[in-house]
Amino acid sequence: MTKDMKTTTLCYHCGETCEDTLISIQDKHFCCQGCKTVYEILNKVELCDYYAISQNPGLSRKTIIRPDKFAFLDDEQLKAKLIGYADTTQSHVTFYLPQMHCSSCIWLLEHLARLDKAILRSQVNFLKKEVLVVFDPAHTSLRKVTELLASIGYEPHFSLHSMSGKKIKTYDKSRIYKIGITGFCFGNIMMLSFPEYFSLGSAEDKGLLKLFSYMNLLLSLPVFFYGASGFFSSAWKSIRQRSLNIDAPIALAVLITFVRSVYEILSGSGAGYLDSMTGIVFFMLIGRFFQDKTYNTLSFNRDYTSYFPLSVTLVTEQGQERSIPVSNLEKGMRIKVRNGEIIPADCILFYGKARIDYSFVSGEALPVERSVGEIIYAGGRQSGSALEMEVVKEVSQSYLTQLWNNDAFQRKEEKGTSYIHTISRYFTLVLFTVAAITAAYWYVKDVSRLWNAVTSILIVACPCALLLSATFTNGNMLRVLQKFGFYARNAGVIEQISGIDTVVFDKTGTITQQGHTTIQYEGGMLSTEAQQLIRSLASQSAHPLSKAVLQVLPVSPLLPVKEFKEQPGFGTEGRIGDHRVAIGSAAYMQMEKKTRETGSSVYIKIGGNIAGKFVVSTAYRKGLPGLLTRLKKQYLLSLLSGDNDSEREKLKDLFNAQLLFDQSPQDKLEYILRLQEQGYKVMMVGDGLNDAGALQQSNTGIAVCDDINNFSPACDVIMKASAFSYFDLLLKYCKRNRIIINTSFVISILYNITGLYFAVQGQLQPVIAAILMPVSSVSIVLFTTGMSSFFAIPLKTAGRKNKTDNGKLI
Amino acid sequence: MSVIILLISASLLIATGFLLAFIWSVKTNQYEDDYTPAVRILFENDVKQSTEPDTNEKTK
Repeated sequence: MTKDMKTTTLCYHCGETCEDTLISIQDKHFCCQGCKTVYEILNKVELCDYYAISQNPGLSRKTIIRPDKFAFLDDEQLKAKLIGYADTTQSHVTFYLPQMHCSSCIWLLEHLARLDKAILRSQVNFLKKEVLVVFDPAHTSLRKVTELLASIGYEPHFSLHSMSGKKIKTYDKSRIYKIGITGFCFGNIMMLSFPEYFSLGSAEDKGLLKLFSYMNLLLSLPVFFYGASGFFSSAWKSIRQRSLNIDAPIALAVLITFVRSVYEILSGSGAGYLDSMTGIVFFMLIGRFFQDKTYNTLSFNRDYTSYFPLSVTLVTEQGQERSIPVSNLEKGMRIKVRNGEIIPADCILFYGKARIDYSFVSGEALPVERSVGEIIYAGGRQSGSALEMEVVKEVSQSYLTQLWNNDAFQRKEEKGTSYIHTISRYFTLVLFTVAAITAAYWYVKDVSRLWNAVTSILIVACPCALLLSATFTNGNMLRVLQKFGFYARNAGVIEQISGIDTVVFDKTGTITQQGHTTIQYEGGMLSTEAQQLIRSLASQSAHPLSKAVLQVLPVSPLLPVKEFKEQPGFGTEGRIGDHRVAIGSAAYMQMEKKTRETGSSVYIKIGGNIAGKFVVSTAYRKGLPGLLTRLKKQYLLSLLSGDNDSEREKLKDLFNAQLLFDQSPQDKLEYILRLQEQGYKVMMVGDGLNDAGALQQSNTGIAVCDDINNFSPACDVIMKASAFSYFDLLLKYCKRNRIIINTSFVISILYNITGLYFAVQGQLQPVIAAILMPVSSVSIVLFTTGMSSFFAIPLKTAGRKNKTDNGKLI
Repeated sequence: MSVIILLISASLLIATGFLLAFIWSVKTNQYEDDYTPAVRILFENDVKQSTEPDTNEKTK
């Protein structure tokens, strides 16, 4: 790899490139004042080990947090909901800090006590990205602790969800207990059964064997009554609903095995099959645990309430500002919305220049400008100066909320039945037929062997091998997919993906990268001098487009600008030396807009002439053309965009498929519905609230997120944006699921036939049962995990390539 | 023969001990976070700070 020849200075705190070397302390450079401040705070209390543990561990502090942002934490009601435990000497609060990313973070967050004496203790749970802070309420407050965290770059994330007071269930302890206890019993029963397997022991050892079988019986009780209780209750529930779920045959097998074993042991006629029974339960429990491992920090069923801010700034009649919870917002209230904040309700603009980014709500790529007196719909994000507005509709009645509460947008319950479910139903049917035939046969031939033969069949042919293959394949696949930034809601999603034949993409935020732009210059050549002039002028303006232009021009000393004039949102001009320079939109230059342009243009005027223009357009995600070419071969593609069709030509070449623009959320949903009515199995790939309905309606909804901890609409899969370039491989991998399960199913059928061969004759030897059971289970487990890891090899290569391309892990 | 009985009961006793240890470990939330403690143990103990907070203390 060639090394970048240009020497760049990296910020000592956050590792971002420093634009200049002005902000520094001794030999340490910082990209912004914020980073420097954090360094100073940490340096003062000798916490600089923070920088020794990982390189540039800090978080960029370029966005400044306004001082009263956390004022709402003084509200008693809110406080009571957030504080987990409190007495007069200490309060316990758990903060969710999605920014946590390295061991330096852990170190710093566990040394909070040194930053503030009133903090007694802090403990990190890295996997959940939580920190538990114990503080002394007499000397500090929840707000102060929050502000301290924010000041060192870890701004806690509060949502209405965490306010509801409900603790999210993290993991099921009883499950782990069950596995532990069942494993213990299983191991010991196996050991005690060994003499039986090899028919060891002479006549005088009979007493010993009897003792062993009684011990087995004792050991099997916790398994039967505790370990397997989940299967019984689930099976019972399904029978009461007059359907057979997958647990029913298992519960039956376990029950019959247990009853027969108890009978054999108590009557002294045999040693029973308790080893098989406990083994089945043990492997099944592990399989379930493996498959249902949920992601602690992800939420797949978020609704709009977690998108909205917690509190809003209310402007009282006396002109004072006060924070109130968003739920208390009423019609007629005056609120203030600052730069970067989300508009919580439909409002009329009173004061300020609104430049609202609706990309998440409607899919429009460029911010919308609104002037005083106009209605602003909830959900947009203001960029620019602070706004004052009056609420015209309460939060629950705003356009956005209504959209959400539309029936079509509600999650349909289970999307189709599992494929395994169907197979297992047939399996059960066949099994009962075989059992019935055998019973009939022995009834005629030799009634004494009927009981023995029928129970053996049910014991041997329990569908556990089939179930094991499904649970272990799915479990392992979920883990592999998760490693590559593809977080499926549950195992059923993998199965759904294998049936997909149509993929529908959203544009803004999905195939384009929010906040990233590409800039192209069109027009006459710019001399070095001209470039310097433009740079000098653009550096005076805070407009995002000026900043974008600034980035593409080579670094040169800035010249003083005289007679500087700026018309916010349109353009800016000034005199530099002898030159009059202006940059701005076509309207600012008093030019007529020719045609619809792709992206937005910044025109350059030097002297009296237009020299050229910079075209700023949103950047497509890396690897998009390649991805689409590969996907096209297997899937029907289409694109739905809430944005205008200015990029139609560009996208037409890429997609070579149906492109629809100016689509409302409802349009998107209906489009998916139409495809489904034509018999297609549709996958929707989207990102924002405007895709929420389509994501719900589709057979599989995938939300693409730059940061998986950010808000994403309800969906089946949350995919990291970094995984986008090898999305096709992920889909391919999911398709392997069925192959693996089918193959291992065939293997387990072979085992079953072998077992049944002995069982129908009514002469199943304990030793054969004992060997068959663990061998079949273990080989199925090995086979499925091995195969699913094997099929992940192309993914690994792609992932590695992606990582080196990006330079660093995202 | 009595040797076997002694052996079996001894082995069962030891195994039960481990089972209890396992149950205890689940009960004290040791499976809640299996990443942070591994990192935490590698941090240098500070000499300057004499009263290092006990990070191993469990939360009730």
